[in-house]
Amino acid sequence: MTSRRMTGWQGETVRFRFDGRDYEGVRGDTLASALLANGVRAVAASPALGRPRGIYAAWTEEPNALVQVAAEPMLQATTVELRDGLAAHGLSGRGRLTDETDTARYDAVHAHCDVLVVGAGPAGLAAATVAAETGARVIIADDRPIAGGSLPDTAETVGGVPGAEWAAATLDALDGRPDIRVLRRTSVFGYYDDNYLVAVERRGEHAHSRERVWRIRARRVVLATGAHERPIAFAGNDRPGVMLAGSARAYANRHGVLPGDRAVVFTTNDSAYAAARDLAAAGVEIAAIVDTRDTTGGGTDGVEVLAGHVVTAVGGDDGVSSVAVAPSDGGAGREIEADLLLVSGGWSPLVHLFSQSGGDLRFDDGIGSFVPASARQAVEVAGAARGVFTLAGCLEDGAATGARAAEAAGFRVEGTFEIPRTPDEDPGTPPGHLWLVPAADYSTHFVDLQRDVTVADVMRATGAGLRSVEHVKRYTTAGTAHDQGKLSGVLTSAVVGHALGLPLGDLGTTTFRAPYVPVGFATLAGRHRGALHDPVRTTSLHEWHVAYGAPFENVGQWKRPWYYPRAGEDMETAVLRECGAVRKSVGAMDASTLGKIDVQGPDAAEFLDRIYTNMMSTLKVGAIRYGVMCRPDGMVFDDGTVIRLADDRFLVTTTTGNAAAVLDWMEEWLQTEWPGLRVYCTSVTEHWATVALAGPGSRDVLAGLAPGLAVDAASFPFMTWRDTEVAGLAARVCRISFSGELAYEINVNAWDGLALWEAVMETGVVTPYGTETMHVLRAEKGYPIVGQDTDGTVTPADLGMDWVVSKKKPDFIGKRSFARADTSRPDRKHLVGLLPADPGRLLPEGAHLVETSTLPEPPVPTLGHVTSSYRSAVLDSTFALALVSGGRDRMGEVLYVPLGDEQVPVTVTSHILYDPEGARRDG
Amino acid sequence: MAERLSPLARFTPVSADDLRIAEIPFLTQINLRVDPKSRAAADIGLALGAPLPTEPGTCTSAGADVLWMGPDEWLVVGPVGDGLEETIRTAAGTAHVGITDVSAQRTVVAVDGPRSRDLLAHGCALDLHPRVFGPGRCAQTMLARAQVVLAAREDDGFRVFVRSSFAGYLADWLLDAAAEYLPEGTVTSR
Repeated sequence: MTSRRMTGWQGETVRFRFDGRDYEGVRGDTLASALLANGVRAVAASPALGRPRGIYAAWTEEPNALVQVAAEPMLQATTVELRDGLAAHGLSGRGRLTDETDTARYDAVHAHCDVLVVGAGPAGLAAATVAAETGARVIIADDRPIAGGSLPDTAETVGGVPGAEWAAATLDALDGRPDIRVLRRTSVFGYYDDNYLVAVERRGEHAHSRERVWRIRARRVVLATGAHERPIAFAGNDRPGVMLAGSARAYANRHGVLPGDRAVVFTTNDSAYAAARDLAAAGVEIAAIVDTRDTTGGGTDGVEVLAGHVVTAVGGDDGVSSVAVAPSDGGAGREIEADLLLVSGGWSPLVHLFSQSGGDLRFDDGIGSFVPASARQAVEVAGAARGVFTLAGCLEDGAATGARAAEAAGFRVEGTFEIPRTPDEDPGTPPGHLWLVPAADYSTHFVDLQRDVTVADVMRATGAGLRSVEHVKRYTTAGTAHDQGKLSGVLTSAVVGHALGLPLGDLGTTTFRAPYVPVGFATLAGRHRGALHDPVRTTSLHEWHVAYGAPFENVGQWKRPWYYPRAGEDMETAVLRECGAVRKSVGAMDASTLGKIDVQGPDAAEFLDRIYTNMMSTLKVGAIRYGVMCRPDGMVFDDGTVIRLADDRFLVTTTTGNAAAVLDWMEEWLQTEWPGLRVYCTSVTEHWATVALAGPGSRDVLAGLAPGLAVDAASFPFMTWRDTEVAGLAARVCRISFSGELAYEINVNAWDGLALWEAVMETGVVTPYGTETMHVLRAEKGYPIVGQDTDGTVTPADLGMDWVVSKKKPDFIGKRSFARADTSRPDRKHLVGLLPADPGRLLPEGAHLVETSTLPEPPVPTLGHVTSSYRSAVLDSTFALALVSGGRDRMGEVLYVPLGDEQVPVTVTSHILYDPEGARRDG
Repeated sequence: MAERLSPLARFTPVSADDLRIAEIPFLTQINLRVDPKSRAAADIGLALGAPLPTEPGTCTSAGADVLWMGPDEWLVVGPVGDGLEETIRTAAGTAHVGITDVSAQRTVVAVDGPRSRDLLAHGCALDLHPRVFGPGRCAQTMLARAQVVLAAREDDGFRVFVRSSFAGYLADWLLDAAAEYLPEGTVTSR
């Protein structure tokens, strides 16, 4: 294959594969420039129409040349840096996610600065240099591998040296200075409120992290993002070999690549003439310049300029072979042989980030595009991004903007920035504005090349009555591809305007949204993957649970031991054994995850009276009371125990999952409703380790471990606590029970938790049990679990706990709701027990209950649902708890649980299925 | 009998030229709630060697370290086995204060060395630049996905107070993030 590389272009050879063939490129190539250098014209077929498509642009605006590189689907060939061994293939629209795990690292860094400059072209470099001189903390981010913005594309000189050299030296001079951060290969892709911007840095395969997300807070932002060249809609404008003129110029000047042998240039403005000159100098024959304007922008030596002409058709199925041109007023045309058609419809400032920041845009008639108008955040726009299209103008504008931004951030500009010398620029001929070449048939006038949307499609949308560009976007999908309509967006608006006879400025643009460039999910996930995906909370006993093979139950972020299987045991066997041990002997559980809040102050008792439904102020020091708290609607919010440590000090326990919510709840009431109460609340959840010791044998075990403690029922009654030593450790022992058995909760400093647990286990008589056994034991006793047996629609009375709602207190949260008729309806759902007719049948939690043995026609009236369901060793049967409409009046009734084709009969019982007299709690 | 065990007892400290990470276990930590304008606040300040810091996000280190946690809340940190709670309780007398021993509620991770800010910036959204968050500054914030109290010390040092149950997660995260700044092979990555 002939090389299309300019003779004498230097560069280290890089070998790569594309679509199964081996090629060579040079270091510094993109995959696109290397493909063009090898004469590869068609990269992929278009997704909907299957038309061959080539490389159309030279950077992130590329709509066509999508490729898959290894595990990464949907990369733009124009942005993939060539490296040895790269293997890629062209994609028709959609990539493929690999099954293999991505082993690369991705991470994130938070950064802060006084001035963030986005873009290291002439304007951005000038802005950053000026701002850096003031002592401001500056970040300059540029998405290219080399600095300079358009300078390497145009080969213009700055300060007498090639622009790319000047840019590299200027950026290098900034890099490494204290408080200046230079981010190369970094695309700022999102601009959010409070000047929070997010960028992705492509660090490469050999870096510690392959890609890094930068989360940047900037006091001031300078957007120097440049401009994109606009396409024109004409028949056959999607053929391989049709390319933006400035992109072709970039391939020649940046990469030494000639994208064709003989080119026709189709333009509305002067910039394409410069492109034609550069390409001609590089060796491309320029067949003709087709200028839509009657007054042309000068010429190129010996090249025919066709003023007032347009391109009417493109010949060649697999790539451009000829170009049909005609006067725009409809005169006779002719065909010109060419393999390259260079297009320039003018230049559109890159207003994406400015628009994301909330800034308004206005239509500029002079440049025929949208430019930044008023800003909503602390942001300024410099250079081509606001329509300044001369090199000298961009340098001056950048320097002035950088100075303004630094001053606005509180820094003083001292001295002046010397604008480097640039070649004189001819003011030229004003650009013309042509969006589409009128024709009878618009079916190959492409608007969005990636989505295969044509002018005909847009007109179908307007023909159907759509007038908003947002609606047209969604109807046609124009602008919804990987490139987010960088080239097609404004063109679509223009075609809508053409169809409706409305000025483009009135139609506006579709909304610009992040991300400006595609960003991988793995990149955004960063280190929050695998074991670090979400914090795992563990207790001080965790390593023991792991060593004893316990599977863990996730309770919020906590890992709680679920059960402790012995060799050969499945979960059911292990749980039945653990339940039996607690009912007949003694078991121990890690209860450290329960929330604990220390409540102190002279008004602590009054405060708790208001928070809980029951009375807490009458609690004696040394005693413990179970309590329920409700929301103002009277529905159960949380429950737990309250222990009185002193007249003015209580320790409140909460459910594991609600610990933070309850503390927030208390603080909210103290700070907003009852600021007069002298109360302080402090979380002590993790200061304590708690071991629950339960079962008829627990008293003997405790007595052995705490020889100084009088453990008999009279000395240490139910619902009291004692400070003592257990296993030689300072401990607080609470006589409370969540199983109905004689039980204690032993609290020690969390540092001593493992020592306590090991001492308990070393007695040799205690069976460790997990959360599943705890659930079974409490359910046998009808103790509800907030969040499992309740769902925010359940009152204490619904749970059969009328007694927990004080009739004496003047007020408490929820009290007024208990006077509502709704909270005393007889058909409210009550917590009841269910015994299946078949004692081996385990009901699924969540199953519904109906009244009849055959299922009626839908809608089926359901009486309620199963909230908890277990196998019970002591009942020798399965059982369940359920919320059932009017349940307390249905004792003994048979109800049915529809499961598949079956109607499973169950008998309604009290929710307290075991030891209803409470005979076992004293051992 | 097993010894007392700190949450990061199994954590192998990181010690490189540019970055050091180690647990400082068993420090005495007292949560103090008191009206900053009260006589009790002044008396407690006297007993601790310096007035309670009232500028948000600052800490004093006269005797014990006193970290501002909120308009009426401080975290008082002293050496292992210190009688801080008694000192504060005695100074407060019968006034309305909240004094709570929270020594085991959080453990402390020391992150030291010139790379400490780079490491923390991977997971902390605050501006940790020495001009903004120099010695004497503290904050309640997030580090990765764990709530922490972060305090800046002299010589690029930080103290990270983390809830005991989150300590294992945070240590794993710190090791993973630190690998970039350590000589090859210092830390086994996940």
